[in-house]
Amino acid sequence: MSTPLLIAVLLALTAAAYVLGRRRSVAESGGVGGVRHLHSLPSYYGSYAALWCLIPALLVLAVWTAFQSTIVTELVVKQLPQDVQQLGADRLGLVLNDVRNLAGGNVVSREVTPELRAAADHLRSLERTSAAAMAVAVLSLGIIGGGLAWRQISPRLRARNRVETIVSVLLVTASTIAIFTTIGIVLSVLFESIRFFRSVPLTDFLFGLDWSPQMALRADQVGSSGAFGAVPLFAGTLLISGIAMLVAVPIGLMSAIYLSEYANREFRAVAKPVLEILAGIPTVVYGFFAALTVAPLVRDAGGFFGLDVASESALAAGLVMGIMIIPFVSSLSDDVINAVPQSMRDAAYALGATPSETVRQVILPAALPGIVGSILLAVSRAIGETMIVVMAAGLSAKLTANPLDSVTTVTVQIVTLLVGDQEFDSPKTLAAFALGLVLFVATLGLNVIALHVVRKYREQYE
Amino acid sequence: MSNGTPSSAGPPRRRVLDAVTGSLSRRYASERRFRLLGRIAVLSGLVFVGSLFLSIILNGYSGFFQTYVKLPVAFEQEALDPEGKRDRAALATADYGALVKKSLQAAFPDVSGRSELRELYGLVSSGAEYQLLDMVEADPSVIGTTRDVWLITSDDFDMLYKGRIDRDVPESDRRVSDRVLGWLDALEKQGAIETRFNWSFFTNGDSREPELAGIGGAVMGSFYTLLVCLVIAFPIGVAAAVYLEEFAPKNRLTDLIEVNINNLAAVPSIVFGLLGLAVLINFFGMPRSAPVVGGLVLALMVLPTIIIAGRASLKSVPPSIREAALGVGASKMQTVFHHVLPLAMPGMMTGMIIGMAHALGETAPLLMIGMVAFVVDVPRGFFDPSTLLPVQIYLWADSPERAFVEKTAAAIIVLLAFLITMNALAVFLRRRFERRW
Repeated sequence: MSTPLLIAVLLALTAAAYVLGRRRSVAESGGVGGVRHLHSLPSYYGSYAALWCLIPALLVLAVWTAFQSTIVTELVVKQLPQDVQQLGADRLGLVLNDVRNLAGGNVVSREVTPELRAAADHLRSLERTSAAAMAVAVLSLGIIGGGLAWRQISPRLRARNRVETIVSVLLVTASTIAIFTTIGIVLSVLFESIRFFRSVPLTDFLFGLDWSPQMALRADQVGSSGAFGAVPLFAGTLLISGIAMLVAVPIGLMSAIYLSEYANREFRAVAKPVLEILAGIPTVVYGFFAALTVAPLVRDAGGFFGLDVASESALAAGLVMGIMIIPFVSSLSDDVINAVPQSMRDAAYALGATPSETVRQVILPAALPGIVGSILLAVSRAIGETMIVVMAAGLSAKLTANPLDSVTTVTVQIVTLLVGDQEFDSPKTLAAFALGLVLFVATLGLNVIALHVVRKYREQYE
Repeated sequence: MSNGTPSSAGPPRRRVLDAVTGSLSRRYASERRFRLLGRIAVLSGLVFVGSLFLSIILNGYSGFFQTYVKLPVAFEQEALDPEGKRDRAALATADYGALVKKSLQAAFPDVSGRSELRELYGLVSSGAEYQLLDMVEADPSVIGTTRDVWLITSDDFDMLYKGRIDRDVPESDRRVSDRVLGWLDALEKQGAIETRFNWSFFTNGDSREPELAGIGGAVMGSFYTLLVCLVIAFPIGVAAAVYLEEFAPKNRLTDLIEVNINNLAAVPSIVFGLLGLAVLINFFGMPRSAPVVGGLVLALMVLPTIIIAGRASLKSVPPSIREAALGVGASKMQTVFHHVLPLAMPGMMTGMIIGMAHALGETAPLLMIGMVAFVVDVPRGFFDPSTLLPVQIYLWADSPERAFVEKTAAAIIVLLAFLITMNALAVFLRRRFERRW
């Protein structure tokens, strides 16, 4: 039985448990008139039976699907001939891939030996057994759970309280998912990074000036020893983010000031949503825009002034990233500026200040912590931005501060290291996780600082 | 304060007033400069929006059209069905490419020589033979006759006809030779070229040939992925929002959860991709490139958005509703689920739609979990290898063929249309159901 069908059957069972439970509660109470003798409303008895039918079965289903493929693979490997089992992890993986393809009736990359055929048959039979056993286990668990709950139903059963307890447990579980996600992120990046730092020392990674993540396939190969000094990547990231902030902060801040202090209602009603469109555009679109329109424009403009501009210049990527970030700066600053009480403006005007003096000497100082916070958030956004730089920035790790040159960033390298065919154990792929760890820590740090700045220096009015 | 007459004002006061009036022009000038700067900032923002859309639309509108060329094709009996049995299997394996080549040769009989012939055959797409096959399968009686058929042209010819290849540059710098220009002009004079709306762009999967490539597969992949994302993220998001807003006691655990949610909202999306790769694919052994994995990763990514929006909409339900429900004897759970949650639902739906729009446009985490594969087939389930709309855009943007530029931009137009629809729906929901208490 396929999993979607199984889930459908389970849901049908649950519905049946609800109906039966409800009916039993009414019957136990002695017909329609006796409902008032029940502790809870009949629907709670139904829900009680339904929840007991659904939840244990769903848990088993989830655990089973999560571990099924790993266990089946283990069993197939055990059955393979000894010499195949002795192969390294990556070559064994290739063999297993062929076994899977053979079992699925797809094209196989090697000669079909009897052993391979046997393994494929074994895999298929195991998968079939596993699917059947899972269906039986899940459905019988559902029936047993629902049945037991159904038998418990009597007018004195405190069904509502029990259902509410179950629901509140579910609510707590749902809200702890955020914690588990964070733990999952930290663990997955941390473990792979530790494996990486076993082969490449931490100091080499953090302070090395040379990045060329090519590992030699053979020992005698020339020129691909692999160097994992990430400083050029950090420098490139900072360069592009810096350019982006140079674009985004003045434009974002000034438009927030203009829209909240100067613009009339009609203009504001049009311009603000239009600027916010920029926040909703997918970054892959910005990447295309950068590569197709802005990069050639920058190169031609540079050529006009006699400058030599790389076709994947940091300037083009940074400009477009800046455009992307404008709405973050402007809408966050807008909120902060609007939070400054009107009485402060009125006081400044009463002293004879012009609007711009009011903005510069009263509003901006009052709103400064919030603005700094929003800029920090925008910086963390810029550092973690991926698609624009993947599509418009270069791949070569150069340590340069020239915005017309091509640089690469942390996110670009993560993508290039992990996209495509790769074995999972080489330092090359593990380096991506180390970079991911740096990225995670950096953005987290920026967020914490931003929150701290906002909390600590916020002026409390009223 | 009155300005005073010159006689009543003493010399020191005059000096202050002079200083003030003297500085006025400077202050007004700085005021004008400041205002101008603000105007420039807003305008440049608007110009960016405009040029972005303009650039996409100008590049992309022609991607929805495809050039066809009309050629008389002779469906020869001996080439297709020498035994005359009209056997379907035999018809399907016949060499339709040869028919296309013959009809091209017949149209331009003076072309000779290997390279020139190859150039001539290059006018028509490799997909043209399937057009003929479809014709024969639909109606076997065409065999033995000669019909005028509108054949799909190759990407270079299509680009040339649409004017995307500049005819005025010297031949050596151009992708197509002068001969092809001559053929184009000859065909155009006969009225044998036309562009049609490219319906197959919406139904086909990916292809190496730009004229045959479509976004059908990517749209289906996005659909399955978003469905998984929705089914996981919405219930969990609503449940978490309800717990945190209505039930959670103020303690360490709930503080920790709140801090976590706020931080997750700011974690770069690519890190979620690393999580998916390390945990879902390597640890749990889930298949690469499958919508299930993509949906799970995106669900974790948009969960904070949905929770934060959900909490905001629960907060906007006035306490009097809760007090009234509790006052007539409802339990806390009944109060929340029967009264507060239904009132907060429009806000939650708005948050969910915005989260889904965010998920639809996301690319980076999907690259990590292998959704960049070249997938020709339209996926038909949650476990089929598939690609997604933004990833398809990324793949096409990387392709060297000139014709993929307009396909990329056309796919972006489709993606933006989806996003605008979703956001408009969110705005509509907010306007329609927003209640002021």
